[in-house]
Amino acid sequence: MKNRISALLLGTALAFAASSGSFAQDKTVKIGVLTDNSGLYSDLGGAGSTLAAQMAVEDSGFAAKGWKIDIISADHQNKPDIATNIGRQWIDVEKVDVFMDVLNSGVGLAVNNLVKEKNSIMINTGAASSDLTNAQCTPNTIHWVYDTYMLANSTGQALVKAGGDTWYFLTADYAFGAALERDTTAVVTKSGGKVLGTVKHPLNSSDFSSFLLQAQASKAKIVGMANAGGDTTNTIKQASEFGIVKGGQKLAGLLLFITDVHALGLNVAQGLSFTETFYWDLNDGTRAFSKRFSGRMKNKAQPSMVQAGVYSGLMHYFKALEAMGGNPHDGAKVVAKMKEMPTDDPLFGKGTIRADGRKIHPAYLFEVKKPEESKGPWDYYKLIGTTPGELAFRPLSESTCPLVKK
Amino acid sequence: MQALYAQLLVGLINGSFYALLSLGLAVIFGMLNIINFAHGALYMMGAFCAYFLLNIAGIGYWPALIIAPIAVGIFGMILERTMLQWLSGLDHLYGLLLTFGLALIIQGIFQNYFGSSGLPYAIPDELKGGMNLGFMFLPIYRGWVVVFSLIVCLLTWYLIERTRLGANLRAATENPTLVRAFGINVPRMITLTYGLGVGLAALAGVLSAPINQVRPLMGADLIIVVFAVVVIGGMGSIMGSIITGFALGVIEGLTKYFYPEASNTVVFVLMVLVLLVKPSGLTGRAT
Repeated sequence: MKNRISALLLGTALAFAASSGSFAQDKTVKIGVLTDNSGLYSDLGGAGSTLAAQMAVEDSGFAAKGWKIDIISADHQNKPDIATNIGRQWIDVEKVDVFMDVLNSGVGLAVNNLVKEKNSIMINTGAASSDLTNAQCTPNTIHWVYDTYMLANSTGQALVKAGGDTWYFLTADYAFGAALERDTTAVVTKSGGKVLGTVKHPLNSSDFSSFLLQAQASKAKIVGMANAGGDTTNTIKQASEFGIVKGGQKLAGLLLFITDVHALGLNVAQGLSFTETFYWDLNDGTRAFSKRFSGRMKNKAQPSMVQAGVYSGLMHYFKALEAMGGNPHDGAKVVAKMKEMPTDDPLFGKGTIRADGRKIHPAYLFEVKKPEESKGPWDYYKLIGTTPGELAFRPLSESTCPLVKK
Repeated sequence: MQALYAQLLVGLINGSFYALLSLGLAVIFGMLNIINFAHGALYMMGAFCAYFLLNIAGIGYWPALIIAPIAVGIFGMILERTMLQWLSGLDHLYGLLLTFGLALIIQGIFQNYFGSSGLPYAIPDELKGGMNLGFMFLPIYRGWVVVFSLIVCLLTWYLIERTRLGANLRAATENPTLVRAFGINVPRMITLTYGLGVGLAALAGVLSAPINQVRPLMGADLIIVVFAVVVIGGMGSIMGSIITGFALGVIEGLTKYFYPEASNTVVFVLMVLVLLVKPSGLTGRAT
């Protein structure tokens, strides 16, 4: 017994000595990939996001420079309460420094509060709600890939300009759907269009025929799908069955991912236009990364923009840590440093992070190719327009984020 | 008013899936006393089987309607022979836990290989297009689903309630020892019955493949609703589960029209109400 106590004391003393000795130059980092590993969004984030994080760690070369980097991953099951519990445990017990991915707006907003309370970091690459960098912005959150304002702005404006001036929304009934519908409505009305109605469907519905019939009856020119993942693919598939497009209405996918297009097949998906900020076949940089990525994916999938964002976000995070000479384990301090430095990586190009935590880069309007235009698997998109970063996202002058000094 | 008719029809279409699935569950529960939580996973396997047949062997929709239920049914019979048969006579809970675990394993394996977004399966050419009914545009495929599943449901009911084979089966569930004394191979009959129930699930899977994405979780999303249908209809009642299947589809369809936010929960609200008033279900006998 006595031996055990003294061993314990010795151990504690050594641990203290070790931690105080390396305080200035702490080179340990723990990354937590919090995502949907089993549900309807797991193809666009999930295991691919964890792989992207691993690739970022390998490419950073940090291990050779004496850093010790760990990655853990968990399934939040699209439930904000589960996500918050995991998040608390990660911060308190696992000592996680940075949360990556965190897709699903409900989950993203919950973790947003948590990282602020605990002075941790979230680099959100998956949630869509623009509130993360507007009313609910924090000094601990960076919103990396896209948001509802940008999607609405790019896709919404393009469609109204092309004559689609009456809209009907099919909206997923949670934070994300509401935000996307709200932001798109604003753009449509501002561009001179009109919203005729909306129907809110529960998340993860399998049958959309009732909702589609209501959209059909509205006679709106554009049926805007303010949903994502499996909900969107099922809506599109069933819309073609009910003759929505043949009847003269146009479907607008406000948020579509390459994995959705892959799941639908080009026969059904052709002609859809929507906005993304990353596509694997954009340039040499994206192609090189995507080739390595898909080679390591079990189903050989190309990366989604969410997964690409995990890689890009972490690379910038590592640059900030390197500039600071170690990990201060102080969320706000690291985020401030990240905002100071310009971003540059092969996937999203040159960019910046604004005071409100919004990462700025160009937005691309794509159209899905016809089957005969596609040269092979995953060759799906035609680029039809690019919005420069400064114009793509919500201007700071309209921001309600308290971090923005006006 | 027109919109209402349309919603009723759409409800009927969804109801036919509920009916087919709850029918299989009712057959299995009525004859084997097993609460088959693997039903959703087997439904999913039916859809995947159709997908494989088309994309690997080039076998189209119509043969798949026959081959997939048989293939998945055989898989079900193997499950019954190797695992489920050892649970007869034990508490329901064991069967429930075992089948639930099997469902998780099967879904996990499929998800591991095929991801969550699913795979496309096109509507067969013969059933493409639709007709204008005046109050709505009815895709021909959906009309086919209603008619076909209604026929299958009624045939199953006839088989079990009105034929000699069905009578033997029902007798075997009441008193297996006595029926065995008449020279009837009861264990084999039980296995075949499980195969039939599973085949019905797989058939529903094939039917739904062209409408929904073929996804590993397609069954998991549906199975809870279907269990509610079975509970409302009365566990083990064949006709009860057919009628409630269609009826609940319609009620859900109406909810989608009047208050869409509640369309995922309305079935469960009804289940609670029915259980409060008539705990054995609408057509179930009190035990």
